[in-house]
Amino acid sequence: MRALTKEDLKIFTDPLLNKNPLTFLVMGFCSALAVTVKMETALVMTAAVVFVLSLSSTIISVIRKLIPSKVRIIVQLAVIASLVIIADQFLRAYVYEISKQLSVFVALIITNCIVMGRTEGYAMQNSPGKAFLDGLGNALGYGIALVAVAFLREFFGSGSVYGIQLIPDWLYEAGYRNAGLMVLSPGAFIILGLLVWLQYSLLSNRGAPGEHVHGADHSHHG
Amino acid sequence: MFEHYLDLAIKAIFVENIILGFFLGICPFLAVSKKVSSSIGMGLAVTFVMTSTAPINWLVNNFLLKEGALSWLGFPEIDLSYLSYIIFIAVIAATVQLIEMVIERFSPTLHQQLGIFLPLIAVNCAILGVSLFLIERDYTLTESTVYGFGSGIGWFLAITSMAAMRHKLRYSNVPAGLRGLGITMILTGLLSMSFMAFSGIDL
Repeated sequence: MRALTKEDLKIFTDPLLNKNPLTFLVMGFCSALAVTVKMETALVMTAAVVFVLSLSSTIISVIRKLIPSKVRIIVQLAVIASLVIIADQFLRAYVYEISKQLSVFVALIITNCIVMGRTEGYAMQNSPGKAFLDGLGNALGYGIALVAVAFLREFFGSGSVYGIQLIPDWLYEAGYRNAGLMVLSPGAFIILGLLVWLQYSLLSNRGAPGEHVHGADHSHHG
Repeated sequence: MFEHYLDLAIKAIFVENIILGFFLGICPFLAVSKKVSSSIGMGLAVTFVMTSTAPINWLVNNFLLKEGALSWLGFPEIDLSYLSYIIFIAVIAATVQLIEMVIERFSPTLHQQLGIFLPLIAVNCAILGVSLFLIERDYTLTESTVYGFGSGIGWFLAITSMAAMRHKLRYSNVPAGLRGLGITMILTGLLSMSFMAFSGIDL
């Protein structure tokens, strides 16, 4: 196998921070925020997305010349849905408790617009190797955003991270209270809004995030 | 009995709002909420599709996919529930197509309003989410229909109020980094809080 070139590396690293699919392209919110109450669920969800996105990009890219363009959306949906079913059955078999908590949200990866966006927007035009890197990069970028939100929500909402209590007992005795709002859904929206602000301020040399992609057809997908 | 359904509908509209409580269907929620008029069109289309796909998917699940569902054909042992995701997506896409054709035939004005939104809905995760939730929660056929309708109305309310808020936002001075997505998410959070205030209503 040939070594990775700089360009390949860029395909992989770009979506991690600069072009993070969640905060920069405004894609894939559904199925994302509901699993961010705790780190554990966010990590399992990330693993499922990494599996589905990198493989679906690769598979679509391998068969891209065989797909008639009129039915390409259906073909992509079928590939994605099959991979999601595999991921879901796997989770049910090996980590049943967590899969119960994830409930329907693993299934909703099917309609996650990041997956469709990458297969339609990238894998259909590029070689399998590149498509794999692109899928992996986007999935991990998505995962980073997910885990960041989950970290903040679990830390402020339950005083723990990955189930390990971080806020010491004496602080609670001194009157510290967990922020109940963080566990509820408004907390996720507000934290994500603040993260977007942070990201934009760090990379302030570009246009307002999310402004320029509305109107591109992928941004409408659920 | 009626009160039970009313309770279910109120829960679906306010307390467990599909966008603000379960984060489903946020992409179109962000993309189409720039103008009040188009958000009304999108909201109506979503309500329409949810109310019709919920009972259809209930029937599909109970008579084709669920464990033992095929016993009316003489196959009581077959369990096809692992196929449910792919079948539900197909049913939703087909229903959207069908509804579009029916509307086009009988009400061209309505079709003009909803036309561009309908195709987008097939991949709206709120629709798939409703179908999956009603299976997970073991609703009956009537409950599913009420739940689908309630969720649709909830989505409609959320997107329309968001569009109105964004309209006002044009005249306010938002810090540069928060413009666009950032402030929209925070507003959604505030909207979500206000919808949550309805929790505790019990009929």
